[in-house]
Amino acid sequence: MTTTPPSKPAPTPSPTPAPPAETSGGAAPGPAGAGDERVSPVNLAHRLLVRPELGSLIGAVLVMVFFSVVADGFFTAAGAATWLDDSATLGIMAVAVALLMIGGEFDLSAGVMTASTALITAMLATRAGWSVWPALAVSLLFALAVGALNGWLVVRTGLPSFIITLGTFLALQGLNLGVTRHVTNSVQVSGMRATDGYESAGRFFASTMAVAGTEIQVSVLWWLLLAALATWVLARTRFGNWIYAVGGAPVSARNVGVPVDRTKIVLFMSTAAAGWLVGSINILRYTSVQANQGIGLEFQYIIAAVIGGCLLTGGYGSAIGAALGALIFGMARQGIVYAKWNSDWFQLFLGVMLLAAVLVNNSFRRRAERSRR
Amino acid sequence: MTNTTPEPRPTGAEPDTPAPLGSGATRAGARAGHLLELRGVGKRFGNVIALDDVSTSVDAGEVTCVLGDNGAGKSTFIKILAGVHANDSGEYLVEGAPVHFHSPRQALDRGIATVYQDLAVVPLMSVWRNFFLGSEPRKGRGPFARLDITRARDTARRALLDMGIDLRDVEQPVGTLSGGERQCVAIARAVHFGAKVLILDEPTAALGVKQAGTVLRYIARARDRGLGVVFITHNPHHAHPVGDRFLLLNRGRSQGSYTKDEITLAELTRQMAGGAELEALAHELHSGAKA
Repeated sequence: MTTTPPSKPAPTPSPTPAPPAETSGGAAPGPAGAGDERVSPVNLAHRLLVRPELGSLIGAVLVMVFFSVVADGFFTAAGAATWLDDSATLGIMAVAVALLMIGGEFDLSAGVMTASTALITAMLATRAGWSVWPALAVSLLFALAVGALNGWLVVRTGLPSFIITLGTFLALQGLNLGVTRHVTNSVQVSGMRATDGYESAGRFFASTMAVAGTEIQVSVLWWLLLAALATWVLARTRFGNWIYAVGGAPVSARNVGVPVDRTKIVLFMSTAAAGWLVGSINILRYTSVQANQGIGLEFQYIIAAVIGGCLLTGGYGSAIGAALGALIFGMARQGIVYAKWNSDWFQLFLGVMLLAAVLVNNSFRRRAERSRR
Repeated sequence: MTNTTPEPRPTGAEPDTPAPLGSGATRAGARAGHLLELRGVGKRFGNVIALDDVSTSVDAGEVTCVLGDNGAGKSTFIKILAGVHANDSGEYLVEGAPVHFHSPRQALDRGIATVYQDLAVVPLMSVWRNFFLGSEPRKGRGPFARLDITRARDTARRALLDMGIDLRDVEQPVGTLSGGERQCVAIARAVHFGAKVLILDEPTAALGVKQAGTVLRYIARARDRGLGVVFITHNPHHAHPVGDRFLLLNRGRSQGSYTKDEITLAELTRQMAGGAELEALAHELHSGAKA
């Protein structure tokens, strides 16, 4: 049980002092009298400032303007198709990882999961001669099972998810290489083009749409769809309420009857399912998969989510922010190519961006939870 | 504080009797009207006797104050009431029937809500989200079931207003509220979700004078709405104005049990402070200062 330290008698709880004349609609004055215990009027600027995705929105605009100025061809339809494509698969994962991070957990196995699911689909389709659709169903089941295992281990042991998923990360990495080499005598599986159902599955996961005279990958659509869905879930559903609660204060959440364990396990499973989606997009688009694919991507997902305003400690963040974080990522990576710079600079950019995001988020968070405890 | 004198309000089945509550065990058989009643309750942890032979009762529309210094057994007392621990000896009765709670959930199902010092709120979440956390109102069906946000907001605002808490903006994170306001949100939540008995664990500790006054006002408000309130505190100045009964704990034992008209604030303070011990201390300090 925690004891609250003595409160300061500071009268205004919010950053801007309240004009006492302002009254809220229809509310009677409190018994404590007017003004003192009251919160200042919440103006639009303040409302925006406490939104977790504000930093990433500003960042995305700045990066876009910067590369539009310095790089020829960046701000064209074809250019946009390129950086949107780069952002899309990262964005799908970043959105799922953001939900998990808001729920207070990490998943380091998310990157390798994209390879594991692609390998399963590819091996079943090319080696076992399955149609692509049932192969996709099996790899989805595998992903959900690993996600559930991650979640179950975390809630059951109470160990940090960082360690648990580091374990599954390494295990999957080993499985990917070991099984692939055992089955194919190489470290890649290819030949998807010749499989049954490749065409129909490809339409869902790897087709392109003509937009404004250029071809946009369907993965961009998945990315936008998932960002919208995740935002709706967070803001408008009971489950979204629980996600914030289990990340913000798990003990309190459990005390008021939130199924903390179930919520976390579902989050791990949805992250794994997002890994399956990205794996399926990749295998159907490139028709082959390397066994060591996806390693290191897990940090990119976390970075995108953090740039998007997610707190590493959980309980705060935004799906739109994570999608924007992925957009910044994609724009910077492709912008550097368009500007004909050495891609080495990308890491520097990434580091600076991450630091800036964390600093900005930290101050926003303090604003949001400014407390007079 | 405004509401210091007990007004006529809905009480239990029987008018208050001036008899000390210590004798409650003997007359309680005759009346099943007590919302909660403890008879000679004790609790041991290994060879440590945390609580021994404590009796008291809680009635609807009354405030039972439990006073004691650190280590007096207040926490154990609450936890028995709240269902966290089961008592080893004595009897725990709810509405006249003996109970044996194995989890807080069981106590909650009987309408016994506990507001702990950590309040079970999520600081980064908005007031209305916290208010309904775990019991969210929803509309729509199946996969389209979604929070009924308008209703949740309005209900939260109204429930808070009913308790006299006028929050301008239920959208603000609970973390931005003052300690007193947070207490009040937690109390209002318990009241809204049908608590019959409200157990408040040191709600005024760590609060400034004015905020403590605000919380006391809400305690009185909950009482006036017909709830039985158990108010745990170590501050007689907070307990006396709102309390109807006072149970003093010392080293796990009942040091005395009084109704309001049996004890004055001065006497309550003296008892709490250890009576003669404090006088001796005052004398010692006084002569020390002179020397």
